Amino acid sequence: MALLTVKNLSVGYDGQPVVSDLNFSVNSGDYLCIVGENGSGKTTLMKTLLGLREPLSGQIIPGDGLKRNEIGYLPQQTVVQKDFPASVREIVISGFQGRTGLRPFYNREEKQQAEENMRRMGIAEHADQCYRELSGGQQQRVLLARALCATRKILLLDEPVSGLDPKVTDEMYSLIRSLNNDGISIIMISHDLAAASRYASHILHIGDRVFFGTKDEWLADSRKSLKEAL
Amino acid sequence: MIEKLSLYLQYPFVRYAIIVGILISLCSSLLGVTLVLKRFSFIGDGLSHVAFGAMAIAAVFNLTNEMLIVLPITVLSAVLLLRTGQNTRIKGDSAIAMISVGAMALGYLIMNIFSTSSNLSGDVCSTLFGSTSILTLTEREVILCAVLSALVVLIFILFYNKIFAVTFDEAFAKATGTAVDRYNLLIAVITAVIIVLAMNLVGSLLISALVIFPALSAMRLFGSFKKVTICSAVISVVCAASGIIISILAGTPVGSTIVAVDILAFALCFIIGKATGATKE
Repeated sequence: MALLTVKNLSVGYDGQPVVSDLNFSVNSGDYLCIVGENGSGKTTLMKTLLGLREPLSGQIIPGDGLKRNEIGYLPQQTVVQKDFPASVREIVISGFQGRTGLRPFYNREEKQQAEENMRRMGIAEHADQCYRELSGGQQQRVLLARALCATRKILLLDEPVSGLDPKVTDEMYSLIRSLNNDGISIIMISHDLAAASRYASHILHIGDRVFFGTKDEWLADSRKSLKEAL
Repeated sequence: MIEKLSLYLQYPFVRYAIIVGILISLCSSLLGVTLVLKRFSFIGDGLSHVAFGAMAIAAVFNLTNEMLIVLPITVLSAVLLLRTGQNTRIKGDSAIAMISVGAMALGYLIMNIFSTSSNLSGDVCSTLFGSTSILTLTEREVILCAVLSALVVLIFILFYNKIFAVTFDEAFAKATGTAVDRYNLLIAVITAVIIVLAMNLVGSLLISALVIFPALSAMRLFGSFKKVTICSAVISVVCAASGIIISILAGTPVGSTIVAVDILAFALCFIIGKATGATKE
């Protein structure tokens, strides 16, 4: 059974749909890229998948025993975070917050796991440093390590490489691929069609043309519509 | 000077003032860090004006215990203000400005129309600037303040990690299953309680200073949330205690003296922060 199944989903603001009638599913181990023009509703769709806003109609069905607090999320950075006084360790461990319920403090296992995730993302030596002093790429790694604390199953990433230079962008993509190789499903919003065709297993294209399928199907479909256009 | 101080300390009202001052400055600084980071610096100002308006209503109805009406109204306004967040037509800052100015004007209007007091401007002035009320505390008020402060500190410690998560990244916290709305409500209620408490100390106009200055000072020096919170509490308590003592010795108004000390502390932290490079801008 799929981790996430989306049926006839419409998303948008104030009752006005931006994207309508989406149907797709994400299986365990998939790497889905959501592509589309600016304003086509990629971020709105992701927020709806995360439960941050209500769908206008349709359903999002979690499967495989996926729970609300087992989803990892890498949001776009907010203005508030840019000058937030917090150490890397504090931010990473806050990824466990969804699971602690009413328990006030983190337990030993969570603390160890947070250290492990910082090592995995290569930011262990910055653990006590302040977040705002790090470079853009390092900040993204911190947020990725936090997302790993929240999930072992599925990660949703909203433009994880925006504002990063090409070298750091490549590093970020290979980090994400290594996570996918470890069995974590990825749903990623991207502007970068080249990266999407390189890394993704599935593509969801929204906007003027709505398409969902494997990467090869998408490439074939793109070639076909290009020919038609010519 | 020390003789003069020890003479004053023999009076219970001086001891009460120092105790209450320390407790309130501790509570307000704890929440201050979160409020400043959530871009709600002015909520102290807004809510204290609401409390002022509520006090005017209480005065008109001749209520003996004005807390019964001031606290619920202020809590309600805090909940409404902090709820506004991102998804409303009127944004956070203008919502605060609207409620603050509106409550202030209506409060003064009501006091003016219905007041039985002969010294109206004196009443208003002392509510706004808290000129003497901290020196007229009764034992019962001190105990009430101590209990509420202990409660605030306890709640803050127990929910510290949740408050951090909600402050740093509300969207992430919500997406990963934290009951964000519940904790925002909690922050709103505690904020309102602290502000009503603090009105006794510095009066409504100067409450914002108590919330903002220690937090901003601490942020000049440290780069971790825990250190900033602890440092801000220490700065706030030291400033409040020395402010009260100075005002007693020098005969200056309590509220403004505390804020003056807070400003001085901020300037000091700013210079130290620049000199040691603790915060890179």
